[in-house]
Amino acid sequence: MTDSPGLHLKTLLLLLMIVVFAPLGNVLLGKGMKTIGPATHWAVADLWNVFVRICSSGYIWLGIASLMTFFVAYMLVLTWADYSYVQPASSFSYAMVALLGYLLLGEVITPLRWVGIGVICLGVLIVGYTPPRTTTAVKV
Amino acid sequence: MRELLLLCVIVVAGTGGELCVTRAMKQIGEVTDFRPAALARFIFRALTVGWMWMGIAMMALAFFALLTTLSFENVSFVVPVTALGYAAGAVGAVLFLRERISAQRWIGVFIVCIGVTLVLFSRH
Repeated sequence: MTDSPGLHLKTLLLLLMIVVFAPLGNVLLGKGMKTIGPATHWAVADLWNVFVRICSSGYIWLGIASLMTFFVAYMLVLTWADYSYVQPASSFSYAMVALLGYLLLGEVITPLRWVGIGVICLGVLIVGYTPPRTTTAVKV
Repeated sequence: MRELLLLCVIVVAGTGGELCVTRAMKQIGEVTDFRPAALARFIFRALTVGWMWMGIAMMALAFFALLTTLSFENVSFVVPVTALGYAAGAVGAVLFLRERISAQRWIGVFIVCIGVTLVLFSRH
Protein backbone atom coordinates (compact mmCIF):
# COMPACT_ATOMS: atom_id res chain seq x y z
CA MET A 1 0.00 0.00 0.00
CA THR A 2 1.31 3.48 -0.88
CA ASP A 3 0.37 6.30 1.50
CA SER A 4 -1.16 8.65 -1.07
CA PRO A 5 -3.57 11.50 -0.11
CA GLY A 6 -6.18 9.91 -2.42
CA LEU A 7 -6.06 6.66 -0.49
CA HIS A 8 -6.49 8.53 2.80
CA LEU A 9 -9.52 10.40 1.41
CA LYS A 10 -11.01 7.14 0.12
CA THR A 11 -10.40 5.47 3.51
CA LEU A 12 -11.99 8.40 5.41
CA LEU A 13 -15.03 8.45 3.14
CA LEU A 14 -15.65 4.73 3.61
CA LEU A 15 -15.08 4.99 7.38
CA LEU A 16 -17.69 7.78 7.47
CA MET A 17 -20.17 5.51 5.67
CA ILE A 18 -19.38 2.74 8.18
CA VAL A 19 -20.01 5.07 11.14
CA VAL A 20 -23.34 6.39 9.76
CA PHE A 21 -24.97 3.32 8.20
CA ALA A 22 -24.20 0.68 10.85
CA PRO A 23 -25.88 2.59 13.76
CA LEU A 24 -28.80 3.68 11.57
CA GLY A 25 -29.34 0.04 10.56
CA ASN A 26 -29.28 -1.12 14.18
CA VAL A 27 -31.72 1.59 15.27
CA LEU A 28 -34.13 0.59 12.48
CA LEU A 29 -33.81 -3.08 13.49
CA GLY A 30 -34.47 -2.09 17.11
CA LYS A 31 -37.59 -0.18 16.07
CA GLY A 32 -38.78 -3.11 13.94
CA MET A 33 -38.20 -5.74 16.63
CA LYS A 34 -39.88 -3.61 19.31
CA THR A 35 -42.93 -3.38 17.04
CA ILE A 36 -42.93 -7.15 16.47
CA GLY A 37 -42.24 -8.03 20.11
CA PRO A 38 -40.40 -11.05 21.59
CA ALA A 39 -41.30 -14.67 20.90
CA THR A 40 -43.59 -15.70 23.76
CA HIS A 41 -42.84 -19.42 23.45
CA TRP A 42 -39.82 -21.02 21.83
CA ALA A 43 -41.97 -23.52 19.90
CA VAL A 44 -41.34 -23.90 16.15
CA ALA A 45 -44.76 -22.49 15.20
CA ASP A 46 -44.22 -19.42 17.38
CA LEU A 47 -40.71 -18.80 16.04
CA TRP A 48 -41.99 -19.22 12.48
CA ASN A 49 -44.71 -16.65 13.19
CA VAL A 50 -42.08 -14.18 14.47
CA PHE A 51 -39.87 -14.93 11.43
CA VAL A 52 -42.75 -14.16 9.02
CA ARG A 53 -43.45 -10.87 10.83
CA ILE A 54 -39.74 -9.99 10.65
CA CYS A 55 -39.74 -10.64 6.88
CA SER A 56 -42.80 -8.43 6.35
CA SER A 57 -41.57 -5.50 8.47
CA GLY A 58 -40.58 -2.33 6.55
CA TYR A 59 -38.31 -1.18 9.40
CA ILE A 60 -36.39 -4.47 9.30
CA TRP A 61 -35.84 -4.23 5.52
CA LEU A 62 -34.74 -0.60 5.80
CA GLY A 63 -32.38 -1.65 8.60
CA ILE A 64 -31.01 -4.49 6.46
CA ALA A 65 -30.50 -2.10 3.50
CA SER A 66 -28.61 0.29 5.77
CA LEU A 67 -26.47 -2.55 7.18
CA MET A 68 -25.78 -3.85 3.64
CA THR A 69 -24.47 -0.40 2.67
CA PHE A 70 -22.27 -0.50 5.76
CA PHE A 71 -21.09 -4.03 4.93
CA VAL A 72 -20.06 -3.16 1.35
CA ALA A 73 -18.10 -0.11 2.59
CA TYR A 74 -16.54 -2.33 5.27
CA MET A 75 -15.50 -5.06 2.79
CA LEU A 76 -13.99 -2.50 0.42
CA VAL A 77 -11.89 -0.76 3.09
CA LEU A 78 -10.69 -4.12 4.49
CA THR A 79 -8.99 -4.93 1.18
CA TRP A 80 -6.27 -2.33 1.88
CA ALA A 81 -6.48 -1.53 5.60
CA ASP A 82 -6.01 -3.82 8.63
CA TYR A 83 -8.97 -5.27 10.50
CA SER A 84 -7.58 -3.91 13.76
CA TYR A 85 -7.48 -0.41 12.20
CA VAL A 86 -10.95 -0.55 10.59
CA GLN A 87 -12.64 -1.98 13.67
CA PRO A 88 -12.15 1.19 15.79
CA ALA A 89 -14.29 3.11 13.28
CA SER A 90 -17.03 0.52 13.43
CA SER A 91 -16.71 0.46 17.24
CA PHE A 92 -17.33 4.21 17.29
CA SER A 93 -20.72 3.35 15.83
CA TYR A 94 -21.48 1.56 19.13
CA ALA A 95 -21.61 5.04 20.65
CA MET A 96 -23.43 6.62 17.71
CA VAL A 97 -26.19 4.01 17.99
CA ALA A 98 -26.98 5.14 21.54
CA LEU A 99 -27.28 8.74 20.36
CA LEU A 100 -29.65 7.71 17.56
CA GLY A 101 -31.58 5.46 19.98
CA TYR A 102 -32.03 8.48 22.26
CA LEU A 103 -32.91 10.94 19.46
CA LEU A 104 -35.01 8.73 17.17
CA LEU A 105 -36.49 6.07 19.47
CA GLY A 106 -36.72 8.14 22.67
CA GLU A 107 -34.80 5.52 24.69
CA VAL A 108 -34.00 6.54 28.26
CA ILE A 109 -30.23 6.53 28.77
CA THR A 110 -28.93 6.89 32.33
CA PRO A 111 -25.89 9.10 33.13
CA LEU A 112 -23.84 5.95 33.92
CA ARG A 113 -24.61 4.58 30.46
CA TRP A 114 -23.54 7.86 28.82
CA VAL A 115 -20.29 7.70 30.82
CA GLY A 116 -19.76 4.11 29.67
CA ILE A 117 -20.37 5.13 26.07
CA GLY A 118 -17.99 8.10 26.48
CA VAL A 119 -15.29 5.75 27.81
CA ILE A 120 -15.81 3.47 24.79
CA CYS A 121 -15.30 6.52 22.53
CA LEU A 122 -12.07 7.42 24.38
CA GLY A 123 -10.73 3.90 23.91
CA VAL A 124 -11.62 4.06 20.23
CA LEU A 125 -9.83 7.41 19.77
CA ILE A 126 -6.65 6.01 21.38
CA VAL A 127 -6.70 2.99 19.10
CA GLY A 128 -7.44 5.22 16.09
CA TYR A 129 -3.98 6.86 16.08
CA THR A 130 -2.26 3.87 14.51
CA PRO A 131 -1.10 3.19 10.94
CA PRO A 132 -3.67 1.60 8.59
CA ARG A 133 -1.55 -1.43 7.75
CA THR A 134 0.85 -3.62 9.76
CA THR A 135 1.01 -6.70 7.54
CA THR A 136 2.48 -7.08 4.04
CA ALA A 137 0.20 -6.61 1.02
CA VAL A 138 -0.87 -9.82 -0.75
CA LYS A 139 0.46 -10.01 -4.33
CA VAL A 140 -2.12 -11.23 -6.85
CA MET B 1 -29.26 -15.38 31.73
CA ARG B 2 -31.01 -15.51 28.35
CA GLU B 3 -29.69 -11.99 27.51
CA LEU B 4 -26.12 -12.93 28.49
CA LEU B 5 -26.17 -16.04 26.31
CA LEU B 6 -27.54 -14.09 23.36
CA LEU B 7 -24.97 -11.28 23.87
CA CYS B 8 -22.18 -13.92 23.90
CA VAL B 9 -23.45 -15.36 20.60
CA ILE B 10 -23.57 -11.85 19.07
CA VAL B 11 -19.98 -11.08 20.19
CA VAL B 12 -18.31 -14.43 19.40
CA ALA B 13 -20.11 -15.23 16.13
CA GLY B 14 -19.97 -11.58 14.98
CA THR B 15 -16.24 -11.20 15.61
CA GLY B 16 -15.45 -14.65 14.24
CA GLY B 17 -17.41 -13.80 11.11
CA GLU B 18 -15.54 -10.51 10.62
CA LEU B 19 -12.18 -12.26 11.02
CA CYS B 20 -13.15 -14.88 8.41
CA VAL B 21 -14.34 -12.19 5.96
CA THR B 22 -11.10 -10.22 6.48
CA ARG B 23 -9.03 -13.30 5.76
CA ALA B 24 -11.03 -13.89 2.58
CA MET B 25 -10.69 -10.26 1.43
CA LYS B 26 -6.93 -10.24 2.07
CA GLN B 27 -6.69 -13.36 -0.13
CA ILE B 28 -8.43 -11.52 -2.96
CA GLY B 29 -6.36 -8.34 -2.72
CA GLU B 30 -6.93 -4.58 -2.83
CA VAL B 31 -9.79 -3.02 -4.84
CA THR B 32 -8.37 -0.53 -7.35
CA ASP B 33 -11.15 -0.44 -9.98
CA PHE B 34 -14.49 0.98 -8.74
CA ARG B 35 -16.48 0.64 -12.00
CA PRO B 36 -19.74 -1.42 -11.59
CA ALA B 37 -18.62 -4.30 -13.84
CA ALA B 38 -15.29 -4.57 -12.02
CA LEU B 39 -17.05 -4.46 -8.64
CA ALA B 40 -19.47 -7.21 -9.77
CA ARG B 41 -16.50 -9.39 -10.83
CA PHE B 42 -14.85 -8.62 -7.49
CA ILE B 43 -17.96 -9.70 -5.52
CA PHE B 44 -18.21 -12.90 -7.60
CA ARG B 45 -14.54 -13.67 -6.84
CA ALA B 46 -15.13 -12.99 -3.12
CA LEU B 47 -17.96 -15.57 -3.11
CA THR B 48 -15.58 -18.27 -4.38
CA VAL B 49 -13.44 -18.07 -1.23
CA GLY B 50 -14.35 -20.58 1.50
CA TRP B 51 -13.49 -18.21 4.35
CA MET B 52 -16.09 -15.77 2.97
CA TRP B 53 -18.89 -18.34 3.34
CA MET B 54 -17.75 -19.30 6.83
CA GLY B 55 -17.78 -15.57 7.71
CA ILE B 56 -21.25 -15.05 6.22
CA ALA B 57 -22.66 -18.03 8.17
CA MET B 58 -21.26 -16.74 11.48
CA MET B 59 -22.48 -13.20 10.78
CA ALA B 60 -25.98 -14.54 9.97
CA LEU B 61 -26.04 -16.35 13.33
CA ALA B 62 -24.94 -13.14 15.09
CA PHE B 63 -27.62 -11.19 13.19
CA PHE B 64 -30.51 -13.41 14.32
CA ALA B 65 -29.20 -13.37 17.89
CA LEU B 66 -29.14 -9.55 17.64
CA LEU B 67 -32.75 -9.44 16.35
CA THR B 68 -33.88 -11.71 19.19
CA THR B 69 -32.15 -9.54 21.80
CA LEU B 70 -33.52 -6.31 20.28
CA SER B 71 -37.07 -7.63 20.65
CA PHE B 72 -36.85 -7.18 24.44
CA GLU B 73 -33.83 -4.90 25.09
CA ASN B 74 -33.04 -1.29 24.12
CA VAL B 75 -30.72 -0.74 21.18
CA SER B 76 -28.71 1.77 23.29
CA PHE B 77 -27.87 -1.12 25.66
CA VAL B 78 -27.40 -4.03 23.29
CA VAL B 79 -25.12 -2.45 20.69
CA PRO B 80 -22.62 -0.77 23.09
CA VAL B 81 -22.29 -4.09 24.99
CA THR B 82 -21.40 -5.87 21.75
CA ALA B 83 -18.33 -3.58 21.64
CA LEU B 84 -16.79 -6.45 23.62
CA GLY B 85 -16.22 -7.90 20.16
CA TYR B 86 -13.59 -5.21 19.93
CA ALA B 87 -11.38 -6.99 22.47
CA ALA B 88 -12.16 -10.36 20.87
CA GLY B 89 -11.29 -8.83 17.49
CA ALA B 90 -7.87 -7.61 18.66
CA VAL B 91 -6.99 -11.04 20.07
CA GLY B 92 -8.32 -12.76 16.95
CA ALA B 93 -6.40 -10.37 14.66
CA VAL B 94 -3.15 -11.37 16.38
CA LEU B 95 -3.81 -15.11 16.47
CA PHE B 96 -5.70 -15.59 13.22
CA LEU B 97 -4.57 -12.79 10.87
CA ARG B 98 -1.01 -12.33 12.24
CA GLU B 99 -1.53 -8.58 12.64
CA ARG B 100 0.78 -6.73 15.02
CA ILE B 101 -0.99 -4.73 17.68
CA SER B 102 0.89 -1.95 19.51
CA ALA B 103 0.79 -1.37 23.28
CA GLN B 104 -1.17 1.83 22.60
CA ARG B 105 -3.82 -0.13 20.74
CA TRP B 106 -4.08 -2.64 23.59
CA ILE B 107 -4.61 0.24 26.03
CA GLY B 108 -7.43 1.49 23.81
CA VAL B 109 -8.99 -1.97 23.77
CA PHE B 110 -8.73 -2.11 27.57
CA ILE B 111 -10.47 1.28 27.93
CA VAL B 112 -13.25 0.15 25.60
CA CYS B 113 -13.72 -2.89 27.87
CA ILE B 114 -14.09 -0.58 30.91
CA GLY B 115 -16.72 1.39 28.98
CA VAL B 116 -18.64 -1.78 28.13
CA THR B 117 -18.53 -2.83 31.80
CA LEU B 118 -20.05 0.54 32.82
CA VAL B 119 -22.81 0.14 30.23
CA LEU B 120 -23.51 -3.36 31.59
CA PHE B 121 -23.78 -1.95 35.13
CA SER B 122 -26.08 0.83 33.90
CA ARG B 123 -28.78 -1.74 33.26
CA HIS B 124 -29.69 -2.17 36.95
